[in-house]
Amino acid sequence: MIPTHYFLILSAILFTIGVVGVLTRKNGITIFMSIELMVNAVNLTFLAYARQFHQVHGLIFVFFIMAIAAAEAAVGLAIFITLFHHRDTIDVDEANLMHW
Amino acid sequence: MLDKLWLIPILPFAGFLLNGLFGKRAGKGFVTAIALLATLAAAILGTVAVIQYNGAYHHGERHLNVVYEWFHSGGIGADIAFQLDPLSIVMLMVVTWVGFLIHLYSVGYMHHEEGYWRYFAYLNLFLSAMLILILGSSYLFMFVGWEGVGLCSYLLIGFYYETDYAPAAGKKAFIVNRIGDFGFLVAMFLMFAYIGSVDFARVSQVAAGGGIATGILTAICLLLFLGAAGKSAQIPLYVWLPDAMAGPTPVSALIHAATMVTAGVYMIARSNVLYRLAPSAMMVVAIIGGLTALFAATIGLRQFDIKKVLAYSTVSQLGFMFIGVGVGAFSAGVFHLVTHAFFKACLFLGSGSVIHAMSGEQDVRNMGGLKSKIPITFWTFLIATIAIAGFPPFAGFFSKDEILASAFVTPYFPGVGKFIWLLGTLAAFCTAFYMYRLVYLTFYGSFRGTHEQEHHLHESPPTMTIPLIVLAALSAVGGALGLPHVIGHNFLGEWLGHVIPEVEGTHAEIHIPASSEWTVMIISTLVAIAGWFLAMRLYKDRGLASDQAFEQRAPGLAHAIENKWYVDELYAAIIVRPLAALSRFFWKGVDAVIDGIAAMLGFVIRGFGEVLRFFQTGNVRNYALMFFIGVVVFLAVFS
Repeated sequence: MIPTHYFLILSAILFTIGVVGVLTRKNGITIFMSIELMVNAVNLTFLAYARQFHQVHGLIFVFFIMAIAAAEAAVGLAIFITLFHHRDTIDVDEANLMHW
Repeated sequence: MLDKLWLIPILPFAGFLLNGLFGKRAGKGFVTAIALLATLAAAILGTVAVIQYNGAYHHGERHLNVVYEWFHSGGIGADIAFQLDPLSIVMLMVVTWVGFLIHLYSVGYMHHEEGYWRYFAYLNLFLSAMLILILGSSYLFMFVGWEGVGLCSYLLIGFYYETDYAPAAGKKAFIVNRIGDFGFLVAMFLMFAYIGSVDFARVSQVAAGGGIATGILTAICLLLFLGAAGKSAQIPLYVWLPDAMAGPTPVSALIHAATMVTAGVYMIARSNVLYRLAPSAMMVVAIIGGLTALFAATIGLRQFDIKKVLAYSTVSQLGFMFIGVGVGAFSAGVFHLVTHAFFKACLFLGSGSVIHAMSGEQDVRNMGGLKSKIPITFWTFLIATIAIAGFPPFAGFFSKDEILASAFVTPYFPGVGKFIWLLGTLAAFCTAFYMYRLVYLTFYGSFRGTHEQEHHLHESPPTMTIPLIVLAALSAVGGALGLPHVIGHNFLGEWLGHVIPEVEGTHAEIHIPASSEWTVMIISTLVAIAGWFLAMRLYKDRGLASDQAFEQRAPGLAHAIENKWYVDELYAAIIVRPLAALSRFFWKGVDAVIDGIAAMLGFVIRGFGEVLRFFQTGNVRNYALMFFIGVVVFLAVFS
């Protein structure tokens, strides 16, 4: 059986890639994908522990997170579509009206 | 009508609303009709109620008309309730009918005024508040009317609001009255605390039952008297009344002579049981009344504004009324209130007629010789003067005489009573003197005004002369209401006796022996004749020359009287200016510190905001970075 810490290391790598992606990319969709990467890294952690301890809590959490991620994706994509309609771009650096 | 007493004050109030809301657009005809109809309707309904009352009650019981329960909380409560009893009836008749006459007079007097609608709206509101004051069945409801008349007094004194002096006089009246109202309020709190009610009948009943300590009763009475001294212009709170002459003359007649200023006398007569149980408070009332009567009369000796003379005369006459209620002759005090309403309203309206004829001139130094030019005004003014000076058989003689005789024989404080009688008699001498001086300076001699004024001289229109004639007639025969026992039947005294119940250890009425009665009457008459004779010798032919001669002979005294004994200056020095300085200290000193602290807090927080706002770049990735750093720091600290 694959040891649990393998999963955790993979999860940490995925999460870090996600964080770097969110912080460095300008394209809204890419940022969004990076967030999904972070979410799924967390899911992986839950699953790894659920598997190790033979408990169902982690699995239930993952279902919730997937549902929320789907909802978030719907809202987020709708925002980007609207942004594109108005600005002809989804570059998040262009959407900075709310500043001092 | 007896169960609809509330209609009486409501009608003038409706007049106030109609004239106040629509009067400006609707024009003078509408305003006149509404104002006069509302007042006349109140007077007629009042009279009907009085007739029905006479049919229903025969021993002066109180008729109570509860409209609804105002509030009830714990052991205390009060109703919106009107009452009718002999005292209320006397006041009701005076207020509504004299009020109507003065409304009628105002139609002529105020005809050229810009704020005609405003004037009548205020005047109707005043009448409404005054009727609540006299018909209310508890101290608290009375206080509603008390404050209402104070408000109207303020509004009408400041009627000519474009001037400097009128609004200032209005404010002065209002503020001085606040001092009195404070006393009234605290007295009511004491009643709630120790008697558990503010209903007139209940308070009297509990007090007569003997359950209340004399100290508490004395405190209540003195505090009530503080209220009365404010409203009825007694020492030390009389200073607002002479200034109140800044208002239109009919207002001076109605509010500042005939009705509102007598509210204090009414209140004390209403509280007669309390006062009789607290003789030391009565003595204070009587002494203050006596001092005010004499003090104000001396100021009246040398004033040149026709209305100012009458104003000080009013203060002095109110002093007489307080002597009456103070020595225990409550019906005599109210009797003088009634006759004073007749002759002083007549005098004020007469002075208004003179001012009208003189195109607004008020200084007697510029008048003279008006006797033949405005004969109706002259004759009515003269009759009222005879009445106030106290010549038998005119109204003022009998009421003043009853007061002085009662003071002379009062059983409560015999020695002090004689002293008060002396004060009153001296004041009566001054009264006769200054009133005849005014008559001689105004109506006799030669005209001292400008040619233009002389050209304009004219008798007033009938709306003004009819009230004058009616009031002069009442001044002449009004004394018949209360003849002394040695001459005839004291109708008013008996009628008012119903509201002055027998109470253990007090005197419901003051028995005046015939010898004292005659002595006082003869002395009063001689004093009045002496005052008149002196005034005639000095002013009938020589006119102003006498005043100038007096000024040359005793300039200090002359200036002191002319400047009202410098009382206003004294008050300014010991009260107004220190108070203003204290206020300035609070404003510039204390207030600045408090404001400074608040402003500093604001400044600091604003500074933080100034720095922090630079984090609000509007760039999503910056926010994400902050978020990331935040999480890292959080984890580093807490794990």
